[in-house]
Amino acid sequence: MTNLTDLTVAQIRDGFRAGDFSARDVAEAFNANVAAARALNAFIVETPEAALAAADRADKDRAAGTLKPLSGVPIGMKDLFCTQGVQTTAASHMLEGFRPTYESTVSQKLWDAGAGMLGKLNLDQFAMGSSNETSYFGNVISPWRRGNGDNAPLAPGGSSGGSSAAIAARLCPAATGTDTGGSIRQPAAFTGISGIKPTYGRCSRWGIIAFASSLDQAGPMARDVRDCAIMLEAMAGFDPKDSTSLDMAVPQWEAGLSSNLKGKKVGIPKEYRVDGLDADVARVWDDGIAWLKDAGAEIVEVSLPHSKYALPAYYIIAPAEASSNLARYDGVRYGLRDLPEGANLQDMYAATRAAGFGPEVKRRIIIGTYVLSAGFYDAYYTQAQKVRALIARDFARAFEACDVILAPTAPSAAFALGDKSADPLSMYLNDVFAVPASLAGLPAMSVPGGLTQGGLPLGLQIIGPAFDEQAVLNAGLAIEERAGFTARPEQWW
Amino acid sequence: MSEYRIQGATGEWEVVIGLEVHAQVTSNAKLFSGAATAFGAEPNTQVSLVDAAMPGMLPVPNRECIRQAVRTGLAINAQINKWSRFDRKNYFYADLPQGYQISQLYHPLVGEGSLTIEADEKAGIAQDKAIGIERIHVEQDAGKLMHDQHPTRSYVDLNRSGVALMEIVSRPDMRSPAEAGAYVRKLRAILRYVGSCDGNMEEGSMRADVNVSVRRPGDEFGTRTETKNVNSVRFVMQAIEYEARRQVEVLEDGGRIVQETRLFNPDSGTTRSMRSKEDAHDYRYFPDPDLLPLELDDAFIEACRASLPELPDAKRKRYVEGLGLSAYNAQVLTAEAETARWFEALLAEGARIQGKSEGDVAKASANWLLSELYGALNRLGKSLEDSPVSPERGAQLLALVADGTISGTIAKQVFEIMLESGDAPAAIVDARGLRQTTDTGAIEAAVNKVLADNADKVAQYKGGKEALFGFFVGQTMKAMQGKANPQAVNELLKKALG
Repeated sequence: MTNLTDLTVAQIRDGFRAGDFSARDVAEAFNANVAAARALNAFIVETPEAALAAADRADKDRAAGTLKPLSGVPIGMKDLFCTQGVQTTAASHMLEGFRPTYESTVSQKLWDAGAGMLGKLNLDQFAMGSSNETSYFGNVISPWRRGNGDNAPLAPGGSSGGSSAAIAARLCPAATGTDTGGSIRQPAAFTGISGIKPTYGRCSRWGIIAFASSLDQAGPMARDVRDCAIMLEAMAGFDPKDSTSLDMAVPQWEAGLSSNLKGKKVGIPKEYRVDGLDADVARVWDDGIAWLKDAGAEIVEVSLPHSKYALPAYYIIAPAEASSNLARYDGVRYGLRDLPEGANLQDMYAATRAAGFGPEVKRRIIIGTYVLSAGFYDAYYTQAQKVRALIARDFARAFEACDVILAPTAPSAAFALGDKSADPLSMYLNDVFAVPASLAGLPAMSVPGGLTQGGLPLGLQIIGPAFDEQAVLNAGLAIEERAGFTARPEQWW
Repeated sequence: MSEYRIQGATGEWEVVIGLEVHAQVTSNAKLFSGAATAFGAEPNTQVSLVDAAMPGMLPVPNRECIRQAVRTGLAINAQINKWSRFDRKNYFYADLPQGYQISQLYHPLVGEGSLTIEADEKAGIAQDKAIGIERIHVEQDAGKLMHDQHPTRSYVDLNRSGVALMEIVSRPDMRSPAEAGAYVRKLRAILRYVGSCDGNMEEGSMRADVNVSVRRPGDEFGTRTETKNVNSVRFVMQAIEYEARRQVEVLEDGGRIVQETRLFNPDSGTTRSMRSKEDAHDYRYFPDPDLLPLELDDAFIEACRASLPELPDAKRKRYVEGLGLSAYNAQVLTAEAETARWFEALLAEGARIQGKSEGDVAKASANWLLSELYGALNRLGKSLEDSPVSPERGAQLLALVADGTISGTIAKQVFEIMLESGDAPAAIVDARGLRQTTDTGAIEAAVNKVLADNADKVAQYKGGKEALFGFFVGQTMKAMQGKANPQAVNELLKKALG
């Protein structure tokens, strides 16, 4: 019998539909993998019963002939999505034990589509981080190792590190992620999987714990492009409960998949070819260019002249919004409350927030508070907003000359845990290729492009114009078909 | 011209006043959540997940609240900004679940407008005066802390959290407590006419932050203080009075005014310092990234305009010019939307049953409402809203007088009975036989009897004391139990007295 946990979402869906196996078989197989992989620390909460219950419903639905798009498919849920009755923490001590009475729009849509939940996936605390080292519930360990006897635990990327590790290790065939400045794409690249951040507004933010509202966007992570398309179709859609939600029909992305890029133009942004670009990254980028050419696309050079200001602008805007979004965690209504003997309200705030937030969260709250404060607002926040507008204009101009843009996802392969955690700036630099698309609200995905000399995965990033996820997915598919990426981490856990 | 001046030890001072009025928008739901907004509900029963700022919750603007604010803006002839935006005002407090208030600092919904306060000699307002209104913006209210529920803890009631407020910011155009009082009353009247706020200051649905400074007449503006959350017209006037005198004293003693926030104590009529500018919050305003800019189209604004009722100034003008009422009566009748509504119902019904124009019945209707009905309501401690007599019944009563069925004197009796019994005037007149008689035989008999019984007075009358005619009329009416047609009585008396 096939190993069910090696199947993709599409294969599970179709095999289940065809009667090759039951949904319960699938759920049990993944539950077993989850239980056996605690060394990876990918899950904060495991919900095997929920996965089985959904599987049993799917089996009944199959018997009744009422199958849904994701019937039989169990998935992982990033612990930033509020799930009714299931602890939701954003990987923070602040929300330890918090059980929402409500379900996020995106997770609800997935359950409505027939998917089941294997558990809540670990992440960087409040989605702030690029290595999954800021979680209150401990680091996620990448299933990948450098080999050659170097068993240093590697970062699975962040903030969706639990999602990326779990998919790469076959603990779930797909998972939700959220991407504020690369949090889907960079972990996907680090673990040799695919992930897409759709156009800002495609997926409702309702019920997703906010980091930076103008940037946060949910998206799927999975092992291939088709699975991303299937998942995104289930997750996307207008939501009147989110004012920034796009009131547009959800395209049939899976049906629209085509790797024939004849007549398409692929832009290569010259500013991304920075001095000292990692040789492996440069090589895989060149491979990507060749593959897309092979798929029929014309390659053109484009310019995104304000790219170098993207990272500083991002690290002003995102913390500014975060400093305000996280003000609600004050110990008054829910979550942690630290009330020292004889404390007044101010003391309670200080003690609660000191105990509840991790150092990276505090750092960003302080940065955000600073850039919004009187006397600094114009120099930082207003300026950053102008940069943001210029970056969006750069892309708009570039897309007059091309259909999609190809770039590296991250400047390097996965680094070892601890390598960058003492130096926030070098950590932030990991997002350098990812944040421009976030600031412009554009759809962008990462697909595996190859391996480093040392055998670690590298991702290629495709950025498309607003609303054109299809172009992004199709270019991703063209790369996927040619990259022949079959590498997978050897099981050591 | 009687300008308001404070007489200090060193000379005269002028007071400069600006008001920020917070008016709760009349709406069944809060500004950004679907929760209800009823006053006086059990604590924390009108709170949605959004109002409690649960993780992942998002605000969605309530169109009705926006509509009401636009209508209010149109009612003060203000610029409506087709593009406005919500900003976050960040500060920590236990009654503010989000840790920020969603407000509009940079791009308010409503721009420059104005309203007119009327001349009022008694109050020292020499002539009509336009008071500038700088802006109206829409924002969320906070919850309420309750400190009296537990010996060591404070409780939080979030029912009010997220309720829509309009902050109506005046220019510093007022120069006396009376002007400020008139401004608040006029603004409240407009809000009630428009129906965008019930104006109920006791329930907190309207409250004012009072900005006061003093200066030598003609000088530059002085440093101002802001007295927060004053919740009645009288208190607004008291707060200004106290604060202006306090500032004059400080200045004349060689001190300087500190820009600060103050609290008003309604029991003592005084203000005290709450916090100075130095320890004021840095609110870190920035555009709320959860909300898109608010964009209004012409059709929406025109629909708002079309939905506006006739406003007090226009109504007052029409009452004087179209209905022929005195300026004073028109002013009183239009000051409150409820009064005007009542009056117009009375007028419409009166015109209908008498088959006359509204202008023909306006004066009698206005006089009856303002003297008879108001007098009775005052006596009974009731308001128009709970008047025991409806406009329809009032009109019926006036029609009985107009068509000669009863006299004015009898009408007063009938009205008293209406107040007590709630019966229709015609039924009362019939049941009690109060119908006015024009039976000349009966009147003639009464006249003859009165003249016979008062032969001495008849002699005096004939001797030139013509003022006695009124006495004969009174006696005849009395003999007729008031039911005689006064005109017939007059005629028959004149005839009998030669």
